[in-house]
Amino acid sequence: MTAKAESVKLFTDKAELVSAVVTEISSLDEAYKYTMDLCGKKEACKMLISGCEQNLSNTAEQLCATKTGKTIVAPALAKKEAAALEKQCEENGFTLIKDSVRNHLGGIDIAFTRVDHGIAETGTVVLNCPNEELRLATMISEVHVAVLPKSKLVDNSYDLESWMEGNMMKGDYTAFITGASRTADIERVLAIGVHGPLELHILLLEG
Amino acid sequence: MQDAKNLKEYRKEIRESLDNDFLRTAMDNFAVAYRGSRANAFKDMDEKALIREIADAKDAAASRLDELFAQFKEEAEKRGAVVHLAKDAKEANEIIGRIAMDENCKTIVKSKSMTAEETLLNHHLEDDLNLKVVETDLGEWIIQMRKEGPSHMVMPAIHLSRHQVSDLFSDVTGQKQGDDVQALVKVARRELRQEFVDADMGISGGNFAIAETGSIGLVTNEGNARLVTTLPRVHVALMGLDKLTPKLHDALRVLKALPRNATGQAITSYVTWITGSNECAAAEDDRKKVHFVFLDNGRRALAKDPVFSQVHRCVRCGACANVCPVYRMVGGHKMGHIYIGAIGLILTYFYHGTEKAKNLVQNCINCGACKEICAGGIDLPGLIKDIQARILEEEGHPMYSSFLAKMMKNRKLFHKFLRIAKTAQKPMKGKDGFMRHLPMIFMPDHDFRALPTVAEVPFRDMWAKVQPAKVAAPKHKVALFSGCVQDFVYPEQSVATVESMRNKDVNLEFPMDQSCCGLPLQMMGEVTAARDVAIQNMEAFEDTDCDYILTMCASCASHLKHNYMKMLGKDPQYATRVQEFADKVIDYSSFMNDVLGVEKEDFLDSAGDAVTYHAPCHLCRGLDVKAAPRELMAKAGLDYKESAEEEVCCGFGGTYSVKFPKISEQLLAKKVNNAKESGAKVLLTDCPGCVMQIRGGAKKQGADLEVKHIAEYMAERRK
Repeated sequence: MTAKAESVKLFTDKAELVSAVVTEISSLDEAYKYTMDLCGKKEACKMLISGCEQNLSNTAEQLCATKTGKTIVAPALAKKEAAALEKQCEENGFTLIKDSVRNHLGGIDIAFTRVDHGIAETGTVVLNCPNEELRLATMISEVHVAVLPKSKLVDNSYDLESWMEGNMMKGDYTAFITGASRTADIERVLAIGVHGPLELHILLLEG
Repeated sequence: MQDAKNLKEYRKEIRESLDNDFLRTAMDNFAVAYRGSRANAFKDMDEKALIREIADAKDAAASRLDELFAQFKEEAEKRGAVVHLAKDAKEANEIIGRIAMDENCKTIVKSKSMTAEETLLNHHLEDDLNLKVVETDLGEWIIQMRKEGPSHMVMPAIHLSRHQVSDLFSDVTGQKQGDDVQALVKVARRELRQEFVDADMGISGGNFAIAETGSIGLVTNEGNARLVTTLPRVHVALMGLDKLTPKLHDALRVLKALPRNATGQAITSYVTWITGSNECAAAEDDRKKVHFVFLDNGRRALAKDPVFSQVHRCVRCGACANVCPVYRMVGGHKMGHIYIGAIGLILTYFYHGTEKAKNLVQNCINCGACKEICAGGIDLPGLIKDIQARILEEEGHPMYSSFLAKMMKNRKLFHKFLRIAKTAQKPMKGKDGFMRHLPMIFMPDHDFRALPTVAEVPFRDMWAKVQPAKVAAPKHKVALFSGCVQDFVYPEQSVATVESMRNKDVNLEFPMDQSCCGLPLQMMGEVTAARDVAIQNMEAFEDTDCDYILTMCASCASHLKHNYMKMLGKDPQYATRVQEFADKVIDYSSFMNDVLGVEKEDFLDSAGDAVTYHAPCHLCRGLDVKAAPRELMAKAGLDYKESAEEEVCCGFGGTYSVKFPKISEQLLAKKVNNAKESGAKVLLTDCPGCVMQIRGGAKKQGADLEVKHIAEYMAERRK
């Protein structure tokens, strides 16, 4: 195996250990298609049962009512990419949220993002997100689809030091994301999706 | 929270925990699972090297806290944050309260912060300022609503069952909830999401504060810290000064150990790095108001303390609780005031004072399990003993402690007492070598194990008869250190030691001026007496021409080798001498297996018994001797069957078992059960204290288990 193939393998193994779904793709078009399929299969706010069907207090119940139809959010995409994604959303009958993610705190089905780096040692994706819309999208969506170019894969976190320090010299918000949101706070039983996404899909893009 | 006024009240609280079956089962399951997942998480890493690096880096940072704070402040403020320094808990709470008032914040969401627990921040915000504060970490939310403190640093609600959580959630939502954990978590997600929507201010802790760029790092699994630091228009992070670190590299390095040590994860789901004031649509000018509040509360003084500054290496992973056999029995509410586990006993003294710490700090059995896994390499059991000694100095020595100290530092008086005990015990002595019953003052809590009687003839009186003939050209010159138990209670173990090295060209000596090693004194916090005894023993052996000081007691060996150095190594009068003394100290199994190199041929050819083993804490961790006894058993032709949790403390802990008999009893019961389940009828070990404990427990339980010192079997199996 080449060094790169080894990194890809290690990254994939480690990410899958924490229940991330890793798929290799060769173009962004594949990524859009993957996202559409995922959204199509997902019954909005129900299949992943992120809480709306539970016995909730009246105030929490109200938040559920703010969500209608299937929604995808994809902030911080280049114009051309956003347009391509929007076209596909229209064809499939999904709503693409373009801004004010804050107005959708009741939940969004899928966040589609391009992430900056991947760390093979731990199967982590790294998202530089001083942009609030981007940051928020990856927190409140039920599924996070992250496109990671293979060339952006590093062996371990130390390899990202100078890049991170460069960002930190300005103001910055960077997230290491490894698998889905999880908790074991009740009887140490692993439960997924306590605050953040219930699923993390990583699309490893060739090149 | 620890509110017991005295040891008696504290013991009562402990007993309540011991009677909590849910807690006990949950803790047992966790303790066993944790060991496996931690080992797995570190399997491809040089764990010891990583811990050393972290310790060095944290020590270096602790030595320049003021400088790092100044740098952090300058850099963070350059990037739009405001940085505060609070001298104590009250001031920290006031600063945060004032920010809330100035920014007109009514509702607050919090992400777990141990520092905020330390300052009791919620009380101030809710009770004094009438603000609404909602914890958003699931475990923290649960205990907040139950008005409790965390019982674990990483898993704050580990003491609660799903049924308790279900009842609580039914109350909160006004809807009947079931017992399914996944469903309960979803209810929490939904209920808490609404709180995020409403909040004006977010309060977080900080796992790292990077001086070079004024950045903080937050480590979470649930992702609530990301929401807390993103949605509200104001963000306040409260951190101890000990979180300051020069560069990002330091933080990334700690991050390699922290989740692995905490929960056996390679990394948590989210690590968030925040620098300066970021974009925030809810804020007036789209920039979030960011305040970093650093808490001193004794940290700067602690950083200057030559002994205790290493406390700042703590990364708050909670691993010391995860492996602590006492925490496992009683849970966090009884094993710490706010910070729990081994580090909790120490931090309680420094952050919350003597009154809160004085009972807790006695509840360490000194098994060393925490020290072995600490991510910062902190000598936790050693520091706990040092604090105990400090508290004795502050509060005065209890009568029993002063009495024992006086007696034990006078060898002749001590040995005379033991000889008198032999006569005094006569009315209570059974035919089987055990006491028939104990004096009434010890009843009934101490009745869980049979106690041995003092031997008719101590080893020192037998020496003239049992000592082997001098060898003209010995391969090894060895002086025996018997310790009080193998001298006065189990002289047969010392005799077996002599016998087990017969015909091996060993010259043996037994210096008569040796006394108790002094560990019991140190365990009680009697430092001066412990030091006096150490000098006496060192001098007793200096007159002997020997290459090895051999002891068959793991506790004595570890104490002679390590603690004598700690007590005397810095005194120029003794430094070189104590080093020479310590270098010679060796335990029985290591000497036989590694130095003397006994082989299969030295033992009988017949098949030996099935035996199991108990690894004494002071051998397997204190001296890092793990292979030697097991290799010896194999060479001697014994059929060694491993017991579950072989390296977990048997509950003896010397004076500990006298002070906390109920905990000792429970640890012992587990030990005996595990041994029985191994299928062996004989248990061997390397420490007379462990023999006393386990043999006494097996006898009381009526278990079909013979307990012996490994030397006894080696002697029996010699050709």
